[in-house]
Amino acid sequence: MTLTKAELSDLLFEKVGLNKREAKDLVDTFFEEIRTALEKGDSVKLSGFGNFQLRTKPQRPGRNPKTGEEIPITARRVVTFHASQKLKTLVEKRSVNAEPA
Amino acid sequence: MTKSELISLLSDRYTQLVAKDTELAVKTILDAMSHSLVSGERIEIRGFGSFGLNHRPPRLGRNPKTGEKVSVPEKYVPHFKAGKELRDRVDYPKSEPPAGN
Repeated sequence: MTLTKAELSDLLFEKVGLNKREAKDLVDTFFEEIRTALEKGDSVKLSGFGNFQLRTKPQRPGRNPKTGEEIPITARRVVTFHASQKLKTLVEKRSVNAEPA
Repeated sequence: MTKSELISLLSDRYTQLVAKDTELAVKTILDAMSHSLVSGERIEIRGFGSFGLNHRPPRLGRNPKTGEKVSVPEKYVPHFKAGKELRDRVDYPKSEPPAGN
């Protein structure tokens, strides 16, 4: 099973009591506000979950793997996610319990 | 942007909801996402990105203070990969003029 926006909307319907349309809309807006902040160059810190940060990468030499031709990989800005210590610890514990040595 | 700033952006937008519900909605979304990763389940949000777990095999580490060898057990760590829309919006604009923006 994979968690998707549909399941998140269902949870807002069940646990918060939003109607289905509000729930779907709020889930969309939640992710859209995060995208907008990152697009503006703002990092996003969701305490207990993790931080989304921006990293700028300078141009570097690359190669077309098919032709071997050298082409520069242009400078770019990318998003990185760092899980909070809390989430990392929970995930780590889980794997220890799930797979006994 | 912090979690409380995100909550107030959403409260401003969903004036029909009481602020408590908006706050509960954000907490519910983040708890569901954490819970999903802790139970080893992936998260896929189209246009935003996907979260999963990466495996780290067991290794022999060293206590940097004493130089003593310690075995580090295998573990899982949370991982995020940005989706296409987020990647494109966060990156520098392409040289071509963006269509209909």
